[in-house]
Amino acid sequence: MNITFSKHTLANGLDVLVHEDRACPIVAVNVWYHVGSKNERPGHTGFAHLFEHLMFEGSQHYDGGYFQPLQGAGATLNGSTNADRTNYWEVVPSNALELALWMESDRMGFLLPALTEAKFSNQRDVVLNERRQNYENRPYGLAAMAMLAAIYPPEHPYHWTTIGEIADLDAVRLDEVHAFFRRYYHPANASIALAGDIDTHRALSLVEDYFGDIASGPAVDPVRAEATIAGEVRLSLEDRVELPRLYMAWLSPAMFAEGDADLDLATDLLANGKTSRLYKRLVFDERVATDVSAAQNSREIGGFVQVTATAAPGHTLAQIERVILDEIARLAADGPTDLEIERGRMQAESQFVYRLQTVGGFGGKSDQLNAYNVFTGDPAYFDRDLARYYAVNAASLRHSVGRYLDPARRVTLSVVPRGRPELAIPDSTPAAVS
Amino acid sequence: MIVDRSRLPDVGAARPFAFPSIEKSTLPNGLRIWTVRHAAVPVIALMMLVRRGSAGDPPGKDGLAAMTADMLDEGSGGRSAIDMHEALARIGAQFDTDIGSDATLASLTTLSRAADRGLQLLADIVAHPSLTEEDFARVRQLRLHRLAQLRDNAGAVAERTFARLLFGSHPYGHTPMGHEQALASMTVDDVRAFHARAIRPSVSTLIAVGDCDHAQIVALASAALAGWVGDGTDDPDATARAARDGAARLNVVPRPGAPQSELRIGHVAVPRHTPDYHALVAGNMVLGGQFVSRINLNLREDKGFTYGARTAFDFRRMPGPFSLQVSVQTKATAEAISQSIGEIAAIRGPRAITREELSLGVAALTRGYARNFETADQISRGVMQLALYDLPDTYFAEFVPTVERVTAEEATAAMARHTDPARLTTLIVGDLDAIGRDLPALNLGEVAVLSADAVAER
Repeated sequence: MNITFSKHTLANGLDVLVHEDRACPIVAVNVWYHVGSKNERPGHTGFAHLFEHLMFEGSQHYDGGYFQPLQGAGATLNGSTNADRTNYWEVVPSNALELALWMESDRMGFLLPALTEAKFSNQRDVVLNERRQNYENRPYGLAAMAMLAAIYPPEHPYHWTTIGEIADLDAVRLDEVHAFFRRYYHPANASIALAGDIDTHRALSLVEDYFGDIASGPAVDPVRAEATIAGEVRLSLEDRVELPRLYMAWLSPAMFAEGDADLDLATDLLANGKTSRLYKRLVFDERVATDVSAAQNSREIGGFVQVTATAAPGHTLAQIERVILDEIARLAADGPTDLEIERGRMQAESQFVYRLQTVGGFGGKSDQLNAYNVFTGDPAYFDRDLARYYAVNAASLRHSVGRYLDPARRVTLSVVPRGRPELAIPDSTPAAVS
Repeated sequence: MIVDRSRLPDVGAARPFAFPSIEKSTLPNGLRIWTVRHAAVPVIALMMLVRRGSAGDPPGKDGLAAMTADMLDEGSGGRSAIDMHEALARIGAQFDTDIGSDATLASLTTLSRAADRGLQLLADIVAHPSLTEEDFARVRQLRLHRLAQLRDNAGAVAERTFARLLFGSHPYGHTPMGHEQALASMTVDDVRAFHARAIRPSVSTLIAVGDCDHAQIVALASAALAGWVGDGTDDPDATARAARDGAARLNVVPRPGAPQSELRIGHVAVPRHTPDYHALVAGNMVLGGQFVSRINLNLREDKGFTYGARTAFDFRRMPGPFSLQVSVQTKATAEAISQSIGEIAAIRGPRAITREELSLGVAALTRGYARNFETADQISRGVMQLALYDLPDTYFAEFVPTVERVTAEEATAAMARHTDPARLTTLIVGDLDAIGRDLPALNLGEVAVLSADAVAER
């Protein structure tokens, strides 16, 4: 099982990945810039995400919204930003491939001449509204910010969320935005993948034509940072919510590092779906929680495991915390059953097959090729990635749970209804969120 | 090659694309079986469409269809809820139920090699659920908790309140989730009776898309579902009451201190079978159906009031809503409403749809149409629409030429026929204290202040 591809690197440093799949007359164009909120600095947060907006507002040779010509050619398009990277993609009918390449290359090579104060100011307002909609006006919407701020120290680049701080967004100046673009948005810090109804030779030649002349920028050094959680951090947050919710987090291995796949499967068997241990105990049998979930959030320079559960009326977060810690301790002591390992592998294998179904969009084959290329330097990492999950066994999973999910070194956040601070886990201090 | 950056490159002719063909059979119990061969990846998408949804909730039992759908995968035969999910997990299946006004949908995607097992599990889930008292009590409690949580979600409050404002006691006057009082009064016998009455083979279609053989799927389904009969012959459409008229034009559910106002503006419009379907789909693209629509460009890209705004006709078996949906920053609330109503009024004639606008909207609908048929899940969802709304097999092939024939005049005329600024109902879920003084200038009459529980009253 794999995604067949060709890889070439242009003289300016741009990586080009091509995958042929002629089933449907469409081509996915997917561009990754290896820049995310981790490349920002305290006091200057939200830049990478703000850029994602500005990149759709026009470039020197097409100074208008990017949606109009592309949608007019039958494309779907979007972009996204996270801590580690920004991606932009179009899925176009194969006859409109050149249009997508023209536009992607124009915004890579010629964005700044078209980036005016008016566009910048409008999109900052849009982003502030995105923040209101997805964080401030959404139940539990500020919890992610409070958690990241507590898990990572203030100077650590995972301390803030990609949407950025309001004060930083208000204070940002156009010239800072220009400087950020010059540093990070150039061929040597990017990777482009084309997947779908396209001949490899023609694809490479077109990418050379459209992107070959774009000047490279300065090399971007990897971001390095350390984090430790020294003890038990207990925080609380009052929000417009009906039911209290508990968040617990531990620092964990980075993406693809040893222990990452173990914890991915461990969090699945703990809290993913009705067969999971915590669902069975908290929701199904004891009925002290209305929901529970867990994930190994693996990122480039470090990961964190987070478990989340909402209290059923009449039950306390302390009760839920005890059950979660109890189940983690049991897993660390006894390890998973054979059936759980078998189920975890089967689910991993089927997830990998499902990921082969589409050429474009978020998570499609073009996006996966870029992810593997940007994060490991090897677009063929698909098979090795799957092999990591086949390699997980009861002993390795047990070991990783014991090593990382230490009850004495974790962050606990209680999100409680406004005016009900007593519903938080005892001895919690108010979390700082803006 | 030197790139010519003085103009955008031309787009050539599209490669022809053959739409999937559907093989069809019907079992003696009335179950239709539709399959499509799609062998790109060793995955099979199985879907059971039951043409009964929350519009079939009996009076006083809002939420019964959704409650029933929620209980389908809680065990069958001798298998408990946990055992059922263990069996699903062991074949790596993705299982989901989806409930709307007109239909209940159970879908299961799995690897081709597990197709037999997947089909057996789906059959058990839909046709033979245990529906025990104990599971009922547990699931109802979870749904009550979920409803409590949704009271804090401005979008969810807006959805349920707006449905009630537009439709009153009509079967479309509640969201599938229902409300606390109705759920509290339900019993497991209600669920059993609803399952027997509504979840039956004669209103259902089994859809299979993947590397599968029609005869084999029919044989498997016959073995697994031959004993499925259901009883009764309910017809939810026959019980339809008239959609409500006479709600206030301007309604507010207060949300003190909210940084944004969640808005809904709309009225009851047209059913799926309107002859104006294609003209309205095209016309709505111009008004609010895509990023470059008039309303999104105005409220987001010009004013910066919002992260995004859109309008839609919700085409259902009976006339469904036309509505605008947007979340705007609190201080821009009145201005956003005024601009939105202005755009809805303008497109009916004062600023009629231009040929350029229409051709852009039509191109966005038609030129990339083939991408909707890439994965087994996508194809099964497309086929499901044909089964749900009795559309012909030629529907996919005819869609593009039919939309391309719509003229700007026809699109404008269709919008004028089926939208009416004078009938618009506006709902704000937002900070009434902060916006109250701006509202009289909208000239929408007295403000009706509603509680988040207004949906329970009918």
